[in-house]
Amino acid sequence: MTYLAKPKLLSADAPRNALGYTRRDYEGAISTLCAGCGHDSISASIVQACFDLDIEPHKVAKLSGIGCSSKTPDYFLGNSHGFNSVHGRMPSVLTGAALANRNLLYLGVSGDGDSASIGIGQFAHAMRRGVNMTYIVENNGVYGLTKGQFSATADKGSKSKKGVLNSDSPIDLAALALQLGATYVARSFSGDKEQLVPLIKGALRHNGPALIDVLSPCVTFNNHSGSTRSYDYVRQHNEAVNRVEVILPRDPIETSYPPGSLRRIVQHDGSILHLRKLDVDYDPSDRIGAMNHLQERQALGEIVTGLLYVDSSAQDMHSHLNTVEKPLNQLGDAYLCPGSKALEALNALLR
Amino acid sequence: MKSAQSIASINDFVIKFANVNGSGSASANELFARAVMRMGVPVAPRNIFPSNIQGLPTWYEVRVSEAGWLGARGGCDMMIAMNPQTWDRDVASLDAGGYLFYDSTKPMPASKFRDDITVLGVPLTAMCNREYTDPRQRQLFKNVMYVGALIALLDMEFGVAEALIVDRYRGKDPLIQANVHALRLGYDYVRAYLPCPIGLTIRRADAVGDRIFIDGNSACGLGAVYGGATVTGWYPITPSTSVIESFTSYCRKYRTDPDSGHARYAAVQAEDELASIGMVIGAAWNGARAFTATSGPGISLMQEFFGLAYFAEIPAVIFDVQRGSPSTGMPTKTQQSDLVACAYASHGDTRHVLLFPENPYECFTFGALAFDLADRLQTPVFVLSDLDMGMNESLCKPFDWDDSRRYDRGKLMTYEELEAGKDFGRYLDVDGDGIPYRTIPGTHPTKGAYFTRGTTRNAYAKYSESGADYVYNMERLRRKFDTAKNLVPAPVLHAASQPTRFGAIHYGSTSPAMAEASALLEADGIHVDTLRVCGFPFCDEILQFIADHEQVFVVEQNESGQLRSLLINEGEIDPKKLVRVLHYDGSPITARFISGRIADALSDRKISPIRKVAS
Ligand SMILES: Cc1ncc(C[n+]2csc(CCOP(=O)(O)OP(=O)(O)O)c2C)c(N)n1
Ligand code: SF4
Repeated sequence: MTYLAKPKLLSADAPRNALGYTRRDYEGAISTLCAGCGHDSISASIVQACFDLDIEPHKVAKLSGIGCSSKTPDYFLGNSHGFNSVHGRMPSVLTGAALANRNLLYLGVSGDGDSASIGIGQFAHAMRRGVNMTYIVENNGVYGLTKGQFSATADKGSKSKKGVLNSDSPIDLAALALQLGATYVARSFSGDKEQLVPLIKGALRHNGPALIDVLSPCVTFNNHSGSTRSYDYVRQHNEAVNRVEVILPRDPIETSYPPGSLRRIVQHDGSILHLRKLDVDYDPSDRIGAMNHLQERQALGEIVTGLLYVDSSAQDMHSHLNTVEKPLNQLGDAYLCPGSKALEALNALLR
Repeated sequence: MKSAQSIASINDFVIKFANVNGSGSASANELFARAVMRMGVPVAPRNIFPSNIQGLPTWYEVRVSEAGWLGARGGCDMMIAMNPQTWDRDVASLDAGGYLFYDSTKPMPASKFRDDITVLGVPLTAMCNREYTDPRQRQLFKNVMYVGALIALLDMEFGVAEALIVDRYRGKDPLIQANVHALRLGYDYVRAYLPCPIGLTIRRADAVGDRIFIDGNSACGLGAVYGGATVTGWYPITPSTSVIESFTSYCRKYRTDPDSGHARYAAVQAEDELASIGMVIGAAWNGARAFTATSGPGISLMQEFFGLAYFAEIPAVIFDVQRGSPSTGMPTKTQQSDLVACAYASHGDTRHVLLFPENPYECFTFGALAFDLADRLQTPVFVLSDLDMGMNESLCKPFDWDDSRRYDRGKLMTYEELEAGKDFGRYLDVDGDGIPYRTIPGTHPTKGAYFTRGTTRNAYAKYSESGADYVYNMERLRRKFDTAKNLVPAPVLHAASQPTRFGAIHYGSTSPAMAEASALLEADGIHVDTLRVCGFPFCDEILQFIADHEQVFVVEQNESGQLRSLLINEGEIDPKKLVRVLHYDGSPITARFISGRIADALSDRKISPIRKVAS
């Protein structure tokens, strides 16, 4: 296999964001995934979200596990440090990275095999620990990289490409995240950029553990008629609870939606989430309501998408640990080493 | 019932306390050991405890040795028999002529004693019941009372133990008074009713010097503080947990920002060992100094991550406090049996840097050094301690620190260097030592970012499946490992008093027993040069030592001779040259065991005259 560098050609009038960066500055190496893989659309949405939010790429750390999905961080944000760790264990590596430097943005990318099978323990604990991160699961119901085995999110009764019936119950990562204390929980579809990009933006601006479970069809192993993760199936069964728009503190506030259908949520960093309600009764600040809603709709065969839950006053792991403002990886010797005097005093106590 | 030949010894004997786990005896027993130390006589105490929280038997063995031998001696001169369950065993384990101290509240049938020992009864329970109404107090002060009795029996200074109580409960006067009172009750009873002192006595000496008394795990935790560690992810496991407890408590003391009250460290109790090492790797990748502490089962779980850290070249420090294995084995007993598992941890061609401290002083110094080495070499560094060293207090040199020392952060490419156009290839061997440069996430907006992965890549960190790239990388990693040879602490040689064809290699907590064994052998006319290995990879001096001796004993505390295997493997040494001296029943190795095995081996091989081995 050869991997070509992306051509550097850029049209002079390519749009630039407030940092002067073009979208190209948020791209990475050329994807080696199958043409049409949902994961590539998610990468594109990440690029769009970071561009729109004027994020400095080098202030993002992107971490992943192993799988087709976990390969994707190489394909966006080329100026960010990336870390393709081991299968299912990205959450702990990300947690450690976040402990070392609280001032970067942490983007965790994982697959449903990576997060719901081998890595479910780490997934759960990163959520309950309040790690400040955007955790995107590229959920295709199969193991792509190992060629099409069912993953733990595959629906009971769905069929593999080879015609095998899945007899196990699925794990719903969004429902799990709600239960575990994630403070921003969303579900989306890789084929719906209009919905996905703002959800990623909201997550990036969120202070605390943000999970986005993105249904992302695997065209090679799970896009057939018996599958409940195919493009067609997801499009037909997708029910959005809301549409999200992220308004940064400096942006003019959009008020064109009819009153009553618009809900404003001010996040920790001052950004405002505009939620245009599609389901009039849906309240995204009600964790238990969100859990119930997911279960009810799932029983009807619907896939609920949108921002399911947000706690705008969330605290992150660093506040739980009461760590200093300055990143731990930037504390110099003088702040870390108690020196010989302290040792002398200690020796005296030990005699 | 006193035998004719009671043991008589000043400042050289072993006292064992047999207790029930959870009865609060630990602090009383430690009070006794410290009192001996404060009288200027070296002590070496050891806890022998079950894998259980309450109810089962536990022993605390105190070796008193003015000569300064700190290894376990074996045998027992005096038993403080406070556990009815183990009575028979405890009585049987006394050396002939020894002393049995017991609670004589309930009379014991004569068949429960031996006629070659001296029995000393004090009605401790009766005294406590008279003195205290609260059941917990009755229990706790009984322990203090027998310490008071011992002070009298061994002719120690009462004021020394009293001062220790004052130090321990400083500011809590009622506690001080109550403890001193209990101590006094025991002391006075013995003075009034028993012939004292007995044949074992403590006489004030000056053999402790300025040494301190601390356990290895506390010293490891302190080493991590001085080594600049800011992040730890950990999971509880005996016997390593107190490394983290020590780290966090020293951090609370030394690393709390005085203005804001915020912590300059982060300690996260992970969900398991996989997560704990994952956190360490993530933090170290992001430029913090990070470590974890674990024991054998944790090492097993961390394997895949060790391989990642090795291949992706991420610093990590692991304190492995070894215990009895395999599997859960003997979780509260000591061994040195993780050597091979750590040296080659993970699948594929991995090899790791190991450090072997011998006592708490080195737990501290090697602990701090491990962080410099991990950063310098960009690789995991294991500090291999064990339960004996980790959980028992030991006398050692006082801690010291050179304030001019600066942390060696290794080859970090800075913003300025990138800006100046310096070529950055994450896996490029620029200096020929196998160690590449790294950048920390967030360093530069457009230069120096790279992708870390466990798959093969080229020198510029680009994904590659090319065999040539893989080979380049593996050869560079090998060069790096060679570089490490000269960075790990040098071995320590103790030459015999006469030239000899025989050598002994040992490491870690075997050290005090080995030193004493050499002396025992010398006294028998057997001369053995000893070399203490302090790190892996093995430097040339170790291989030279083996080459210089006809026969080398490899003394270690595991069943398969793991250090020996590593020496054979890494040094391409003829196995016949290395003789196993293995101790692995979970108790700490003794000088008697080592000297006995070496003497036997020499006589078995009909090396004669064994008393004149000088060449
Ligand atoms: C410890 C370990 N076990 C198994 C594998 C093999 N493996 C690689 S990727 C993968 C599944 C990935 O599935 P998923 O996370 O759903 O990602 P996708 O490829 O579908 O995007 C497996 C089982 C591995 N790399 N490591
Ligand atoms: S196998 Fe499936 S998941 Fe993997 S790249 Fe191809 S389409 Fe995507």
